[in-house]
Amino acid sequence: MGLLSNKNTGSETNPINYQKAALVNFPGSIEIPNEETIINCIHCGMCLSVCPTYQLTGMEKSSPRGRIRLIKIVAEGNLDLTPNFIDEMDFCLDCQACQTVCPAGVKFGQLVEASRDQIANVGKDPQHFRKRFFFRFIFPSHARLKIIAAMLRLYQKFLQKILRKIGFFHLLPKKLGRMDQLAPKISDKFSDKILKEDMRPKGEIKYRVGFLKGCLMNVMFADINKDTVDVLLENDCEVIMPKNQVCCGSLAAHNGDFKSAKSLAKKNIIAFLAHDLDAIVINSAGCSAFMKEYGELLQDDPEYSDKAKELSAKVKDVHEFLVEIDFKQPKFPVQKKITYHDACHLAHSQQITDEPRRILQAIPGLEIVELNESTMCCGSAGIYNMVRYDDSMKLLKRKVDNIVDTQAEVVIAANPGCAGQIEYGLRNREIDIKVMNPMTLLKMSYGLPPAGETE
Amino acid sequence: MNTNVMNRLQSIVGKNNIYSSQEDRIAYSYDGTPVLEALPDAAVRAHSVEEISQILKLANETGFSVIPRGSGTGLSGGSIPTKDSVILLMNHWDKIVEIDRENLTALVQPGVITADLHHAVEKVGLFYPPDPGSMTICTIGGNVAENAGGLRGLKYGVTKNYVMGIEAVLANGDIVKLGGKNVKDVSGYNLKDFLVGSEGTIAIFTQILLKLIPKPKAQKTMLAYFQNMTNAAQTVSDIIAAHIIPATLEFLDQTTIQCVEDFAGIGLPKNIGALLLIEVDGHPAQVEDETKQIIPIANKNGASEVKIASTEKEADDLKTARRSAFAALARAKPTTILEDATVPRSQLAPMVDKIQNIAEKYQIRMGVFGHAGDGNLHPTALTDERDSDEMHRVEQAFEEIFREALELGGTLTGEHGVGLAKKRYLEEWSSSGQKELMQKLKRALDPNNVLNPGKIFDVQF
Ligand SMILES: Cc1cc2nc3c(=O)[nH]c(=O)nc-3n(C[C@H](O)[C@H](O)[C@H](O)COP(=O)(O)OP(=O)(O)OC[C@H]3O[C@@H](n4cnc5c(N)ncnc54)[C@H](O)[C@@H]3O)c2cc1C
Repeated sequence: MGLLSNKNTGSETNPINYQKAALVNFPGSIEIPNEETIINCIHCGMCLSVCPTYQLTGMEKSSPRGRIRLIKIVAEGNLDLTPNFIDEMDFCLDCQACQTVCPAGVKFGQLVEASRDQIANVGKDPQHFRKRFFFRFIFPSHARLKIIAAMLRLYQKFLQKILRKIGFFHLLPKKLGRMDQLAPKISDKFSDKILKEDMRPKGEIKYRVGFLKGCLMNVMFADINKDTVDVLLENDCEVIMPKNQVCCGSLAAHNGDFKSAKSLAKKNIIAFLAHDLDAIVINSAGCSAFMKEYGELLQDDPEYSDKAKELSAKVKDVHEFLVEIDFKQPKFPVQKKITYHDACHLAHSQQITDEPRRILQAIPGLEIVELNESTMCCGSAGIYNMVRYDDSMKLLKRKVDNIVDTQAEVVIAANPGCAGQIEYGLRNREIDIKVMNPMTLLKMSYGLPPAGETE
Repeated sequence: MNTNVMNRLQSIVGKNNIYSSQEDRIAYSYDGTPVLEALPDAAVRAHSVEEISQILKLANETGFSVIPRGSGTGLSGGSIPTKDSVILLMNHWDKIVEIDRENLTALVQPGVITADLHHAVEKVGLFYPPDPGSMTICTIGGNVAENAGGLRGLKYGVTKNYVMGIEAVLANGDIVKLGGKNVKDVSGYNLKDFLVGSEGTIAIFTQILLKLIPKPKAQKTMLAYFQNMTNAAQTVSDIIAAHIIPATLEFLDQTTIQCVEDFAGIGLPKNIGALLLIEVDGHPAQVEDETKQIIPIANKNGASEVKIASTEKEADDLKTARRSAFAALARAKPTTILEDATVPRSQLAPMVDKIQNIAEKYQIRMGVFGHAGDGNLHPTALTDERDSDEMHRVEQAFEEIFREALELGGTLTGEHGVGLAKKRYLEEWSSSGQKELMQKLKRALDPNNVLNPGKIFDVQF
């Protein structure tokens, strides 16, 4: 039954007549987005105020409330998976800012991901091949990712300068030319080279923690991985980085590829549960957020459901973990004026906003200025900046404008996606503000040498 | 709407400002009101007063209806489409045109978000008091059209107390400017006030001149916990009887407290029967003094604890939590039907008792919260629109609540408006001559019934 049936609206309302499309949309085994989650939305509209895509367009269909309504009508079989519908699902950043402000507790992220899953499964996603290439071929394999990163590193070291100089990229189609710039600098050494499988603190071991090296973190932010591990060691943790760990699967799931995500989750469960760990500490917000959801992801899997719950219970974002164990107070002053950008996957997916600030506030010498709209997405959003470049750049501009307004010399981004994106935005506009990670500053304030200089 | 009319509409606003895809129509088929929905033929954006005027002239000529829409947070169905209608989007009319620091006024376009205006005027030490729970997204135009109230209504009044002037397009396309910066102005009928609360049925606002006041120098926010609602309500009456007028005097019952705490996680005890959120503001000495008087009044009525917020952030968190009450109740059940019955302040305690009895009688789970100081209650039925038997009992319960409220000298709606949701009750219960006069005015000003037809009441032409 279509819910849009003129209830109580008196005689003058418009009768609604949709083509029935349920069977086209949800053939056989494909799950429809959870009805209870849909009906939980009372369309009060509070989510509109924080939705980046609504801010960009002012159109109701580009808001969480509008999208939920569209998903509902599709689920009821009264709207086909139209190009417009698909585009709206794709336009959403899945930043989940709406969830933070939703008094009713609607899990919007799950809805939009389920919708993307349907779209992918009926083969209607226009970016299908591009996404599948990333999610089924590149990310699941650390080996392949490293080969690509190594090629990119060679390129960045030797070829990029020359090609940029001779204006090569102006000859390419615009989109290809941009890719060159969007990629953050590849680390000189990947973190699995600089870090060991089992690292012990100097003194007594108080905690035994697992460490996820991350896909992007491993190849693009290896120094930050090193800083994170050093901070953990300084806090009396033994750090285990299992060799057989894989990509967490979040990028796949956020784009509706649950099959890949589940298979990756299982591999990580095997890798980490093989060790007796107090916590699994993660410095990439998207990964920690997603691994906390393994329990739900695999709840119907008879073999893995319990193990998935066990693993999820141990997952901690590194800031969350440090605050929980009452981290060692840093002593050495770091004289810098900084501002802090909230990563969506920390602030909205995990409600972690206080902990990174508390760590920064503990560092003597830092002057911290609050960033206007700090919890608004920077437009990075997984691979959003590659597949929806123009929309992503509008949000990045807004973010960079806000950063510039603070007059800080450093912007802190505690997540690799955001760090790369913001760095790109600043570089592009030739603005002299550095992007740094809280762990790097904390390590400095512990009086330890910067990552680049220890090898 | 036939293609010829659509083409003419297009020639007024331009092709890119007409949204008639299925998806857009679905997205403008609802507002914040439960259960009500209908599809418009299209949504349009106009970019000048003249364009709006031309749209209305075309509507009169060809017979479609025009429904103005701000952010669609209305709770009485005001911006829900009717038959053959076009939604006129006003949310992109979002410029603050002028903040006049000498005359203490703000001139705004109707799509300005209420909280954005708050921030802008507070930056220069001024204050715009009306603060509906939806203020982070609702528009000033929607506020004026509904005469919205808020948490600060008790001391500072509601939207109508701040509207000094309105520029609007009437149903026939005429453009009018009413009121202005003069604090005193008796040159004829008080027409701008007639437009306040007109629910989009008389005119489309294109500019609004608002009164500002100096920002209070100090404020204190308190929470008082009670075993039951009756004690909380008595405290409200006693505070006012002691001639203290707090800016905010809000209450929540146990069900609401539990849902709000689930959302906000600010440490509200879930086992208490009711709480009052009280804020006093003004001169620092007066704030101190009033705080000292309020605490014993609460204690005398059996408050188990009175807490004072120690930081501004803590105070803000408390108010944000209160603002979330309506939507947070959706955690308990999927459909929340909220009403807006209002009684004179002195009748608050008896009204609260009556609501509880009625909920029991019809076996409805009810959360009750509201602007206690204004006598404005929001009894909210927690139900499921898929359960038609329960929905029927909800309807019966509300009918009885309205009857009781009117018997106590109250009114159907304090701030959400009649719209579609309460039209049926207005039919039965409007005071003598009121509805007829409104209908006469509507007929005179909108003879072809093109502006938001069928809202508030039906009119025979
Ligand atoms: C969570 C929540 C809390 C709320 N709390 C309060 C509260 O505390 N107090 C309160 O009073 N209300 C409250 N409301 C109700 C609602 O927010 C108000 O009625 C608000 O004024 C609606 O503004 P809007 O911009 O969303 O208008 P809409 O819902 O879009 O429209 C409301 C009415 O205004 C008309 N309208 C809109 N713009 C114009 C214009 N430019 N010209 C002419 N007519 C126009 C529409 O046709 C419609 O009839 C709440 C709603 C929600 C969802």
